[in-house]
Amino acid sequence: MLSIKNLHAAIEGSPILNGINLEIKAGEVHAIMGPNGSGKSTLASVLAGREEYEVTEGSVTFKNKNILELSPEDRAREGIFLAFQYPVEIPGVSSTNFLRTAVNQVREYRGQTPLDAVKFLSLMKEKMKLVEIDQKLLSRALNEGFSGGEKKKNEIFQMAMLDPTLSILDETDSGLDIDALKIVANGVNQLKSKDNATILVTHYQRLLDYIVPDFVHVLYNGKIVKSGTKELALELEAKGYDWIKDELSGATV
Amino acid sequence: MSKDNEILEELTSREYEHGWSVDYEADEAPIGLNENIIRWISSKKEEPKWLLDWRLKAFEQWRKMDEPTWSNVHYPKIDLQSLRYYSAPKQISKSKKISDIDPELLKIYERLGISLNEQKRLQGVAVDVVLDSVSVGTTFKDTLSKLGVIFCSFSEAVTEHPDLVKKYLGSVVPATDNYYAALNAAVFSDGSFCYIPKGVRCPMELSTYFRINAANTGQFERTLIVAEDQSYVSYLEGCTAPQRDENQLHAAVVEIYAAKDAEVKYSTVQNWYPGDKNGKGGIYNFVTKRGICAGDNSKISWTQVETGSAITWKYPSCILKGDNSIGEFYSVAVTNNYQQADTGTKMIHIGKNTRSRIVSKGISAGNSQNSYRGQVQVMKRATNSRNFSQCDSLLMGDQCGAHTFPYIDIQNPSAKVEHEATTSKIGEDQIFYCNQRGISSEDAVALIVNGYAKEVLNQLPMEFAVEAQKLLALTLEGSVG
Repeated sequence: MLSIKNLHAAIEGSPILNGINLEIKAGEVHAIMGPNGSGKSTLASVLAGREEYEVTEGSVTFKNKNILELSPEDRAREGIFLAFQYPVEIPGVSSTNFLRTAVNQVREYRGQTPLDAVKFLSLMKEKMKLVEIDQKLLSRALNEGFSGGEKKKNEIFQMAMLDPTLSILDETDSGLDIDALKIVANGVNQLKSKDNATILVTHYQRLLDYIVPDFVHVLYNGKIVKSGTKELALELEAKGYDWIKDELSGATV
Repeated sequence: MSKDNEILEELTSREYEHGWSVDYEADEAPIGLNENIIRWISSKKEEPKWLLDWRLKAFEQWRKMDEPTWSNVHYPKIDLQSLRYYSAPKQISKSKKISDIDPELLKIYERLGISLNEQKRLQGVAVDVVLDSVSVGTTFKDTLSKLGVIFCSFSEAVTEHPDLVKKYLGSVVPATDNYYAALNAAVFSDGSFCYIPKGVRCPMELSTYFRINAANTGQFERTLIVAEDQSYVSYLEGCTAPQRDENQLHAAVVEIYAAKDAEVKYSTVQNWYPGDKNGKGGIYNFVTKRGICAGDNSKISWTQVETGSAITWKYPSCILKGDNSIGEFYSVAVTNNYQQADTGTKMIHIGKNTRSRIVSKGISAGNSQNSYRGQVQVMKRATNSRNFSQCDSLLMGDQCGAHTFPYIDIQNPSAKVEHEATTSKIGEDQIFYCNQRGISSEDAVALIVNGYAKEVLNQLPMEFAVEAQKLLALTLEGSVG
């Protein structure tokens, strides 16, 4: 589904990603872990098409399309969803109105007819249950005055509404208390299917107790330096990232 | 230039939609401004002597006045002697009945999307259409007259209801109030008049649509709205003009009189030609709008969506004379390219327990300058007055400016006056967030801007609100890509 080959990216001339290789198939959950500044969030942003990152080398194909040539909105319409680490506030625009615009633009791109108000609201109701989100939150202005947990829940709710093929969760667990984390994880688990894939970008192992990954990759200095299964995450948790750093420096000595 | 700015650049460089003009034979005054021209206009309109005298007096005063320079707008001096002060299509009908309007003129309004056919029109809106210097016709006059509501062109009111006109003309905005108001008083050619009798709730929205067609001609109209005790009216005003390289002057006066327990709601969607991308051409809009809450418990509410004009100079105001009277001002002013707007309001609290509310939302894009200028004055007698002002500015790109000039003058210690102001920028983050959900950048800007202006748009009558939303998006289209 997603194939990243030798991906290099830089911001304002300074390189952040230094040759990422990653293959993701439908039905899989990949966790990307790594210390602060290793390039995790950059990878998420580059996949979503954030303009300030310049791709200097390599390729990314998604469903056999070169997505590096697509605008961010077209990538979204193709089925890539990014749950933001810091969702922005848009004053005066209700979540409902925002999502209706989004859902219908995605549908239009895919040659589907737009959803009328009734159908849209019933879809919303159905998905609201999934992430245990309160109706009241959705009639408020998008993310405005939301707590950290409410913002993250809203991201997962949007994900449910847009039904993406590839979901990238950028540190969705940061700033969540354990109850909110469980709700968010439960939502993600329910949305999982054999036809879609998930990338979890996280700093901590904690999230992986609730969303069990098929693969764990460790990112360091803009490269995947170690890949494994969920046991790798536990090992990291126990030994800390210094273990990876030491191992790597040991290798180069 | 960052991506953000490129996007904004593109979205703000959209063409004006109503920039076309038509040719028709016109009845025109000679170019220039002098006493003879004023006499010419007055005789053309077969006016009574008292009105001519009123005009001449205003003109005499005007000659002693200087053009105001305190506003935050810059433009080359307007040569008032090079303008024409009256231009009317020859085929105008005397009766002002819609059925008698020349089809050629009707076509102009059809093209603007304003149907004057009463059967085809949405029920619930009566419209007076003013083309250059004259009113072309007024719809639903008969329906309204059954209730005693008078809605007609100003000229017609002078002939048919001289006592009312005489009583209220200049009572809120005196002929010599300011430079542009005095000029208007001297040369005004037409406008709308509406009168709501005691206890009547006007069953439909009344509206005037102003169109400037002729080149090199100023439009000077007057609107006078009188709401008697316990009456209610909602009034709408719309305007467009052709795209011309020269600047055109529009100096209007609106007066509102609200008696005891009366309520007047006045909404404007101003879409005069703003000039081209490089700031060439466009309407100079110097307008004096003022209402007086003369009676106790009366209310006047101004709502304006300002998207057009090269220069806007406009401060719809309320004089809160009656006890417990209420004044409101809701404004969205968008400036793009080289547009300049200096707009706001004055709330003058005279009566006891008077309340005013000001919500101003400025949006600046391109190289434009957008200023809010507001005055809240609480007089000695105005015990327990309240004012709340909120002035927000939204910036798009880094070449534009937003300015706020609040003036507060309190002479009664029991007054409570609050002022809040914010400035924000449409961020790349917001646009990217929308993009990531599949929303195009243009729609993202429209969404963000409409969200920002929502509090004001909500005040507009339904069908106007939809038009205003589209207009906001259109005005900013091209400023994001």
